[in-house]
Amino acid sequence: MMDFADPPEHAEFRREFRSWLEANLTDDLRVEDAQDSRVAPDRETLEKRIAWQKKMYAAGWVGISWPKEYGGRGASFIQQVIFDEEYFRAHAPILPGHSAIGLLGPTLIQLGTEAQKTRHLKPILAGDERWCQGFSEPGAGGDLASLRTRAIDKGDHFVVNGQKVWTSGAHFADWCFLLVRTDPDAPKHHGITYLLVDMKTPGITVRPLVLLNGHRHFNEVFFEDVVVPKENVVGKINEGWKVAITTLMFERGGAGGRDHAAQIARLVELAKQFPNRQEPSWDQTHVRQMLAQLAIEAQALKVTRLRGLTRRLRGEPPGPEGSILKLFGSELAQRIADASSTLLGPYATIEGATEAVPDAGRWAHRVMGARQYAIAGGTSEIQRNIIGERVLGLPKG
Amino acid sequence: MDIGFSEEQELLRDTARKFLDAACTTKFVRERMATLEAVTPEFWSQIAEQGWLGINFSEDDGGIGLGLTDLVVLMEEMGRAVMPGPYFATALLGGAAIREAGLPTQRQEYLPRIAAGNLRTTLAAIEPNARWDASGITMNGQPMRGGFSLSGSKLFVPDAHLADIIVVAARTRDGSKMEDGVSLFLVPKDAAGLSVALMPSIDETRKLCEVRFDNVAVPQTALVGEMHEGWLALARVYDGAAVALSAEMCGGAQRVLEMTVEYAKLRETFGKPIGSYQGVKHKCADMLVEVENAKSLTYYAAWAVDENRADAPLAVSMAKSYASDASRKVSNAGIQLHGGIGMTWEHDLHLYMKRAKASEVAFGDATWHRERVASLLGA
Repeated sequence: MMDFADPPEHAEFRREFRSWLEANLTDDLRVEDAQDSRVAPDRETLEKRIAWQKKMYAAGWVGISWPKEYGGRGASFIQQVIFDEEYFRAHAPILPGHSAIGLLGPTLIQLGTEAQKTRHLKPILAGDERWCQGFSEPGAGGDLASLRTRAIDKGDHFVVNGQKVWTSGAHFADWCFLLVRTDPDAPKHHGITYLLVDMKTPGITVRPLVLLNGHRHFNEVFFEDVVVPKENVVGKINEGWKVAITTLMFERGGAGGRDHAAQIARLVELAKQFPNRQEPSWDQTHVRQMLAQLAIEAQALKVTRLRGLTRRLRGEPPGPEGSILKLFGSELAQRIADASSTLLGPYATIEGATEAVPDAGRWAHRVMGARQYAIAGGTSEIQRNIIGERVLGLPKG
Repeated sequence: MDIGFSEEQELLRDTARKFLDAACTTKFVRERMATLEAVTPEFWSQIAEQGWLGINFSEDDGGIGLGLTDLVVLMEEMGRAVMPGPYFATALLGGAAIREAGLPTQRQEYLPRIAAGNLRTTLAAIEPNARWDASGITMNGQPMRGGFSLSGSKLFVPDAHLADIIVVAARTRDGSKMEDGVSLFLVPKDAAGLSVALMPSIDETRKLCEVRFDNVAVPQTALVGEMHEGWLALARVYDGAAVALSAEMCGGAQRVLEMTVEYAKLRETFGKPIGSYQGVKHKCADMLVEVENAKSLTYYAAWAVDENRADAPLAVSMAKSYASDASRKVSNAGIQLHGGIGMTWEHDLHLYMKRAKASEVAFGDATWHRERVASLLGA
């Protein structure tokens, strides 16, 4: 039945987490939109966020959807949704351990050996070790299975040579979950192996890939005769693609998304204060129309996402609504960023706080960073192909 | 949180789809739209028997007491079938106005007959000024001995030519605010001084009329609800109609998308189905985005109205604004992707395109509703 309200037991869970956040999240940790800095911009911020993760871990709030035996709460899917809503509502930062908490940990719980689980799971939750995801390569982005980083079997270990790219947070990472090619002669999905690699191993070089807005988030990672013991293989040798798919499923399922509504509310505020061509922007029809349209689209995205979640809660197969979230969400975030320039005039280009627009810098960074929303995680072009082919059943080109 | 339809609602959808697939083919739509009646008496009594005409009337009023969320399911199916005739006018305009504003005796007198399919009605509210807010109601409702005298012109009145009685909005005093002084009256179509003329509108499945009132004398009992206080009820009727039209646009757009995808799989150019080209495929993907988002906002609006939520007016305007744009974009893209055949009278797409256009501009177009969203956001 159509019901957008929380049932009582979920409302209680929401209250509990909300009040814990209110009591424990300090102002210096808060961010306007967590998605603006998925990786800490500097070492100092990283250390603060690690301390925050440890505090959350001590209170049992990290990895809540992990089973209890592995340190989680065995939280239901709906509790995870509520958790995410409250977490981002409180303007809390993305945890330094997020990719391992969301992707690698659940993969290991499902497919890892007992020794791997014992070694890795606790440090992931506790904030002691950070991971990066070594999947994309210069020649393997949208078509990931064509990856070429090579691992040669040397009996009890592999020797890895090759290059990864777009590796988020590799510069802060202790470990890497890495896809390598172990059988170049097999069909491309059948010669891949999934490895756990200690980033301190000799032969690994991390080089920052600085974005056009100056953000240091991504890296290139080079592997030169890097030795990886065989006990670090997840799943079977040459069958790592299946393990990778498991990880990618968690990636798609866990997309929390931006707080579009909060950004739009801020633009409305700016439009009311900020004069543009003599009168407040908010009194101008085109500004009202533009911001109302963005608010409408943000609400559409929110409800479309909830419809997809409902299907999952009911145990139904995914519907068409779930497939449009990435495409629409990333392009909406771009439109919001672009709208800020319409409002701010010359302030739109200033990369820092000004008296009239204290958050000018944030908007300037979004304007530049927004280009990547529709590229990372599968470009909008790839998304439209996927929708066309898998949802609508149109033939491949 | 559960944002899906119930088993009963899915059953309602299945039943409606089966019935309309059989009884309301596009052949039927084309035959009927060429006539003034636009439906057959058999068809009308069949939808009455299924309870559709009284779906939102209480059981005491002869209806089945369901909400907008249930109506949304039905309207999507009707949109899918481009169902012709005065359903919208009777159930969602005239009938809804009596339900919202009427005294218990008025509801008892009219609603059971409407629900049973024995009485047709519509709402004459919009005037040549084409405004959807209270200031649009300028027609003079002059109190006189024993009743009122009505004079003025109403435009864009859906299916007035088929109505037995017409609910009309008139101004009975100039209050301090535009919302004050609007009154609703029930007028038999054969009242002396009332004349109905068809407007040459593009959507022949739902005809629009001009209704002229030339010193039409009505008794005190013609007043629906309280004198001067009709606007509140009228605004609720407008919101309900906006949600209903949004749902109908979703259903129509969904059908256009399906027709277009089917065509894109079959039609070949340069030796390949056109749907394999990204220029076509990506447009189809964008059509799906439009349809799904329009559904989301419509479902939320229906729920918010049913639950009397404080954000209901905002939700309604978000839905109508988005759905109005989406249905235009989708029907236009459908024709574009069909190429020349999509422009022909023979192809069914124009039935959808014309209904989409008519609904897009009725009860506030996208721009009008966006302004309402801005006012509510900025408040």
